[in-house]
Amino acid sequence: MLILRMAMGNESVDLKKRAFLTRTSQALGAIAVCGAAIPLVQYLKPGREAAMSSLPVEFDLSGLKPGDQRTVLWRGKPIWVIRRTMEQVTALNKINPNLSDPNSQIEQQPEYAKNPYRSLRPDILVLVGLCTHLGCAPTFRPEPKAIDEDWDGGFFCSCHGSKFDLAGRVYKGVPAPTNLEVPPYYFKNDQLLVIGAHEA
Amino acid sequence: MSFNQWINSRLPISDFFDQHLRQYYAPKNLNFWYFFGSLAILCLSIQIISGIWLLMYYEPTAKTAFDSIEFMMREVPYGWLLRYVHAVGASSFFVILYFHLYRALMYGSYQRPRELLWLSGVLLLILAMAEAYTGYVLPWGQMSYWAAKVIMNIFGAIPFIGEPIMHLIQGDYVVSEVTLQRFFAFHVVAFPMILLAMVFLHLVALHTVGSNNPDGIEIKDNKGADGIPKDGVPFHPYFTIKDLVAAAAFLIIFFTIVFYNPTMDGLFLEKENFIPANPLVTPPEIKPSWYLAPYYAILRAVPNQLLGALAMISAIISFAFLPWLDRSPVRSMRYKGVRSRVSLALLVISFLSLMALGLLPPSPVYIILARISAVIFFGYFISLPYISRNDRHSSPPDRVRM
Repeated sequence: MLILRMAMGNESVDLKKRAFLTRTSQALGAIAVCGAAIPLVQYLKPGREAAMSSLPVEFDLSGLKPGDQRTVLWRGKPIWVIRRTMEQVTALNKINPNLSDPNSQIEQQPEYAKNPYRSLRPDILVLVGLCTHLGCAPTFRPEPKAIDEDWDGGFFCSCHGSKFDLAGRVYKGVPAPTNLEVPPYYFKNDQLLVIGAHEA
Repeated sequence: MSFNQWINSRLPISDFFDQHLRQYYAPKNLNFWYFFGSLAILCLSIQIISGIWLLMYYEPTAKTAFDSIEFMMREVPYGWLLRYVHAVGASSFFVILYFHLYRALMYGSYQRPRELLWLSGVLLLILAMAEAYTGYVLPWGQMSYWAAKVIMNIFGAIPFIGEPIMHLIQGDYVVSEVTLQRFFAFHVVAFPMILLAMVFLHLVALHTVGSNNPDGIEIKDNKGADGIPKDGVPFHPYFTIKDLVAAAAFLIIFFTIVFYNPTMDGLFLEKENFIPANPLVTPPEIKPSWYLAPYYAILRAVPNQLLGALAMISAIISFAFLPWLDRSPVRSMRYKGVRSRVSLALLVISFLSLMALGLLPPSPVYIILARISAVIFFGYFISLPYISRNDRHSSPPDRVRM
């Protein structure tokens, strides 16, 4: 009651002080909201378990015949391992004017895969099996003329019609912007492939 | 003092209903196109009730989601019914929303002073899409998984910030169980709450500015001595009774579909979604739900990833700008000129053809057709300011016609 009487007795109101108090409490409130947002947003990020699944995986090549395709899971993504036939490998050297990035200028591969085969060894192709457009899994269609008259074999994405050649290089005029991604990999020995790490 | 008075002086429930039903005057010439607003509320109620029941058996983990729904449909009494009601309900909701939206385009219901009513409606459409998309992922079938992936990658296409945003939404570097569980949280709690709040705002805006009508004239401009619009009739009982007839007709069609063709031959529930999700095998054809197909066709039609995503997003958002693009002095198509009518017809045709093309596999001919349709679709919005200003409109009557 004493405080109330004092406030009522004081006829002039200090508007400056009032504005200062309003502004500082608004600012502090805003800081508090930002602080509260930190745990809420951090909670949404991929956790430690998701990061664990990024450890390298091994693949045994002995069962893989020329023309075969196998799929391995790494980081939850399908990784293709394909052993190309000699004809398929030689055909890759021919410059195809319909490819949009035939020399792999865009960073979609480790340095050691920046060659016409986009691989360490000409016959073994290792690719992330996800279309660079919207992440569908394209299908391996090695047989010529399977998709249209000009088809030389490659990968076709049935979602949005993107086309890639047998080195995962994207054709012009399709929705996918870049070549298929080559993951880091190396050969531990002749028959053992390690996906998910560069050679130490 | 009656019981009613006792309540009302403490909590004015009956005052509220009087004010918004018995004393809310709607134009007397509202035709069948005006059924779709109340039908949308009916459909939303069906979704909420069937959804709560589905929750009692659904388990949101990658291992159990698919099986729990199959179990519900085979072993739980009437589980099949509730699941199909919820699935058919989702498609029906979009049929209703698209008719509701077309009605507004036809009678100029977005024009001044109904801009905020219109904007809240566009937001409701976007929210309904987010709700439908997150819901479609929950059964964790093949189409659930791959549709989730495709849409997540649309976010990922945004330069620089796209990938972190994508990881933040899906909670993993790929679409995984973590994604499933947070979509569950969005679909069941977050989006429905926002949706209901937005429906409330939509109705508050409606009751503030009043319903438009097929003649597109303001009934509030012609009031009697009692201050009541001469062309208005109380919403209750006139339109509540009329809407009940619509509700009955809707429920007959709705349950005919639920009982005889709940998957609508793959249009409401794709065949592939009865196969459990497999991250290694993409189904031969990825089809979006029909209500998202027009935007998907636009995405596919653009040969550039980022521009395609932007075109797709702007196709949805362009509706929001209509109140400011339409410069016609009249609202209703009844009094708009030939050019306005033709361009609206073209919009509808392009939208329907995009819908069909979005559901068809991407062949070169279809992609060219989709490009033509997309140009016509965006052409409507771009040409609207010019066409609406220079068209030969006729003048509407002072009073509504029946």
